Parts: sequence; C-alpha cells; structure tokens
Amino acid sequence: MITTLARLRDGTLLILAGLGVAYAAVRFGLASTSGWLLGLVLVVCLLAVISGIATLTEVPVFGPFLRIVLSYAAMTALAAILIGPMVWMLLISLHPPKSPIPPLNETLPVTSVETKDARGKVYTSVKPDLHWENYDTVLNSPTLPVRRFFLNTLFVTVSIVVLQLLITSAAAYGLSRLRFKSRELVFWMFVGSMMFAGTVTQIPVYLILRSFGWLDTYWALIVPGISSSFAVFLLRQSFLQIPFELDEAARIDGAGDWTIYSKIIMPLSKAALATAGTFAFFGAWTDFMGPLIYTNSTEMRTLEVGLSVFKNSYGGGNWPLQMTAALIVMAPLLIVFLFAQRFFVKGIQLGSIK
Amino acid sequence: MGERVTARRPKAAWFFIAPAFVHLLVFALIPIGYALYISLFKMHLVKGEGKFVGGFNYRYTLADSDFWNAMWNSARYALMSVPIGMALGLAVALLVNQKLRGVTIFRTLYYIPSIASSIAIAMLWIYVYLPQNGMVNTVLGWLGITTQTDFLNNMTWAMWALVAMAALNGIGPKMILFLAGLVNIPPELYEAASLDGASRTRTFWRITLPMLAPTTFFVMVTSTIGAMQLFAPVYLMTKGGPEGSTDVVGYHIYREAWVQFNTGLAAAQSFILLAVIAVITLGQFKLQANQLRGYSAS
Repeated sequence: MITTLARLRDGTLLILAGLGVAYAAVRFGLASTSGWLLGLVLVVCLLAVISGIATLTEVPVFGPFLRIVLSYAAMTALAAILIGPMVWMLLISLHPPKSPIPPLNETLPVTSVETKDARGKVYTSVKPDLHWENYDTVLNSPTLPVRRFFLNTLFVTVSIVVLQLLITSAAAYGLSRLRFKSRELVFWMFVGSMMFAGTVTQIPVYLILRSFGWLDTYWALIVPGISSSFAVFLLRQSFLQIPFELDEAARIDGAGDWTIYSKIIMPLSKAALATAGTFAFFGAWTDFMGPLIYTNSTEMRTLEVGLSVFKNSYGGGNWPLQMTAALIVMAPLLIVFLFAQRFFVKGIQLGSIK
Repeated sequence: MGERVTARRPKAAWFFIAPAFVHLLVFALIPIGYALYISLFKMHLVKGEGKFVGGFNYRYTLADSDFWNAMWNSARYALMSVPIGMALGLAVALLVNQKLRGVTIFRTLYYIPSIASSIAIAMLWIYVYLPQNGMVNTVLGWLGITTQTDFLNNMTWAMWALVAMAALNGIGPKMILFLAGLVNIPPELYEAASLDGASRTRTFWRITLPMLAPTTFFVMVTSTIGAMQLFAPVYLMTKGGPEGSTDVVGYHIYREAWVQFNTGLAAAQSFILLAVIAVITLGQFKLQANQLRGYSAS
C-alpha cells in the first residue's frame, strides 16, 4: 500500500516536473540562447515524463489499463507518421493531373456537387472524383518509357536473385562444409568487404566496367550484383547448423561434393535461401547509385533512376502524376514484402550474430 | 564442433568458392587497391589517362575547406542520426515487445518504410516538409504554431529534416535487432528484480540496457558506417544546400566524381572517407572492449 502511494506520488511529480521545466524553458526563450541547450533540456524533460508514466503504470488496478492505453496511443501515432504519407500518396495519385497540393484536410479525392431539389433549395454533397487515368498517363508516358523501366528492373532483379543464390550458396558450402588452408582468411575477406566497400569502390568499379565495355548494358546492371558478401555470410551461418553426420553418411554411400551440396544442403536450407533471395530482391530493385552511374541512355534505366528522372522532368508542379509514378515503383515492393516479411526478420537477426 | 568432421578437400572447396571469390576480388578488393592507385593521378573521367601527381590529391583535399565542410556535415549527421535512430529503435522495440493484441501488425507497418524505394520515400518527404500545405507545417498549425518554414531550404532545419526522416524511416531493422536482443535476456533476471520490488524504470537501466549491450553495439557500428556514406536523400532532396549545409561527404564525392569528372581527386577523397570510417569503427570496437573489461572486473 505504501509503495503504491509512493509510486503514485513519484510518477505524478516526475511528469509534472518534466512538463513544467519544458514549458518554462520554451516560454522564457531558452531557444534564443542556444537551440542545442533547449534540445538537451527537452530531452531530459521527455525522459522524466516517460519514467513518470512508467512509474504510474506499476500502480495496481489502473496501472495496467494506463499502460495498454498509452501503448496503443504511441503505436498508432508512430504508424500514422510512417504510413500517413503513403496513404496521402495513394490519395493524391487520384487527384486531377496538374492540380496543386491541397491542404491536408482536403486530401480526399472528392468534388462537391450542387443539386437543386424541386423547391429550388440547393444541396451541396460530395462525391468521389477518382482520376485513374493518371496511371494510364504514367504507364504510357511518351517522354519516359515507364514500361521499359519496369521490364528492365524485373529482368535485372530476377537475374541477380537467381545468380546470387547459386554463387553465394556454393561459396557458403565451401566455407562451411569443406576444410582448406586459409579458410578463415577467405571468410574474413568476405566479412571485411561488407564493412568497408562503399563509396570507395564506386569509381574503380565504373572504370573496370568501362574497360570491359559493359557500360550502359545489362551486364553493368547485373554482374556487380551477382554475389554478395552478406549473402555468403548469412548462408554460411545457416549451413553450419545442419548436422555434419549427414555429409559423412552421404560420403560413405559414395556421394561427391556436388551431390551433397545439391541433394542435402540446398533442400535443407530453403528458409535461409529464401531470406538471402529476399534481401537480393529488395537490394536489386531499389538500387539507385549503380544504375545511376553505370547507365546513361533512357532505354537502360531502371525504375528507381527512371522515377528520379521523372521527378526532375515534371518539376515540382505535377504532384498527382509524380505520386502515381512513385506508387507504381512501390507496389511490387509492398506486395513482395507482405509475402516475404518473415524472411526479413530471420535475415536481420542472423546477420547480426558475429 | 563441426571443424573436426568437415572434409579436408581444398580443390573441391575452391571449385565451390571460386565464382564468389572472383567476384569479391573484381568488385570489392581490387577496386579498393585501384582507388588508391587512381588517387595518385590527376585524371579526368571522360578525357582519359591522367598524369602521376603523387600525394597531390591528398594534400589538395586536406587543405580544401569545402571537403572539410562536407566531412563536418557528415559527422554532424552521424552524431545526430545515430543516437536518435538507436533510441527510437529501442523505444519502438520495447513498445512492440509487449503482449498486446495486434502488435505484429504494427511491427509490419513500421518495417514498410525500410523496404520502400528511397526515391519514393524522398519524394513523399519533400511533400511532408513543404512550406505551404506540407504535413509538418499543417500539423504545427493545428497545434497553434503557424509557420511556413521551408525545412529543406533552411540553414537551421535542413539537416534536422534529413535526420528526422532517416531516424523515422529506418526504425524497422533496428527494431527487429533490438527485439531479438530482448528475447535473449533471461526472464529470471526480471523475476528477481520484481521480487526485489525494483521499479520498471530501474529495471530498464539496470537490466534491459546492459543486457542489450551487444545488440546496441552492432546497431551503432552499422548505422555509423551507413550514416557516414549518406547519399540518396541528399541527392534527391537538398542537393547539398542551402549554402552547403547538407553537403555530406557521400554527396560531395559523388559530385566530384560524376559531375566535375575529377576522378583522381574523388578517389583520394573516397579513400580519406574510408580511412575515417575505419578509424571510427576501430575506435568503437576499442570502446566496446574496454566496457566489457569493466563488466568482468566488477
């Protein structure tokens, strides 16, 4: 009973103190002294309020209820911030082309219609005004071959996913089931390249592709992506979990490495392969820097780069068409994500075990 | 362990590894060496072969105030976005780790921005930050703060706008990592704490946070490396402006290489960036090692 009262008191005091100090800091113009100082004070106040709330949720009877209500409120608010713009995107894509950005409370694609009844009284009602033709306009744009971009992206992505799975699973097999001198060294070369090969490889890879004569061809879009150190790492982690007795038994029965790899390891690693494939798919589909640098003719662009060109060529003016284009780029990603999301969870968790 | 029973078959092993290893050589390891080589030349991307200038590109870059401005912007961006992003990721993980109806739906929703195309997200957030009818200004108006701040074109706010966007849209992977870390904390610790009557706040600081240290470290290292190489949002939303206040190194090098075509100079700059990232990462590992020593001593 005493702890309950103490918690009630402490929690309330913490919340009030936090709110009070924050209000005073803003009210008396701490921001004019230093924005950073104000930020620091506000963060401390926020922590005080949060710990006050946490204390209150431990009070019996109303505590658990408070916790549930606040959790749902926080989760809903965050979802609104993250998904709100995407819902907005869908709604704006149905507005009449070239219409300016409406105020937020007029986002719904509707028009008001005035009707007169028999006695001449005027009624105003709203009815949906959906401009699906925006999708037609974008897909058949005379200046930008969006369907070509789509097919390019599809071809490049599928090639990368298939080749990457073959190449990286083979490497993971070699690095997990077979022993050779310097195996650790080779493995750490893969892992190290994951950390450091970023901006620095841009220019050399461009020059290498140019010397192969591959610039502005599918080779330049596909070959740099057909192997991935992350996938090698991920698949190796997962292959190590498969009992080694299976290999031994197979070898006694006269099976070679190829048989063990294709008949034992691969079928037992479907989940890991799906995970690696999912990452390869999203990596390739949303790659921006690569296609931007390695291609320059419109016919070789992918959706990501095409969309950025679209954004520039239509300027800031035509938001409905821009949003339509953005949605066309996003739709396949969302659909694949809904089917493959459990593989993401698995992959991210496996990737962090070092 | 498996080490004992794996077959010792170097030829077969190299047969399996070769394709990925050749790819690693051609597209990661050789390019790093090649970048070092190029950085010693004064070279134009289109006009072709340049002339050997030794360390000139490095001396030039180290004396170039624009480059240091970009470096400082990247450091600012990392210092702002990494802690905020991590705190948000952890807070959201704690939130969706509760046994509540429908949390899995929220987890899915929070992950969606991380898989969405970066261009589409950038286009959306350009709108979110618009001075007139933009989402932020509208919501501020509802709260009684009427402004028409052009967040992306404002010296004070442009960097914060990028940070907020990255921190919010990057919640997904961090949330999943922290969730995995939370699951791995033995429940006995929490039982003992609640028997002792420890408050939730205290339990968080004394049990949850220390037990999450490995996860926190991993998230910190990977998001710092990512933050130092930021490119796409800057390219699409601010073009480094206003007045170079969001000109981060990733974008600066991009411009040097692909707009100015100063290949050698850009290679030198990318190498300096690589060195800086390596030093930061090593520093973080050192820090982590010291911390772990502190734990075992206490």
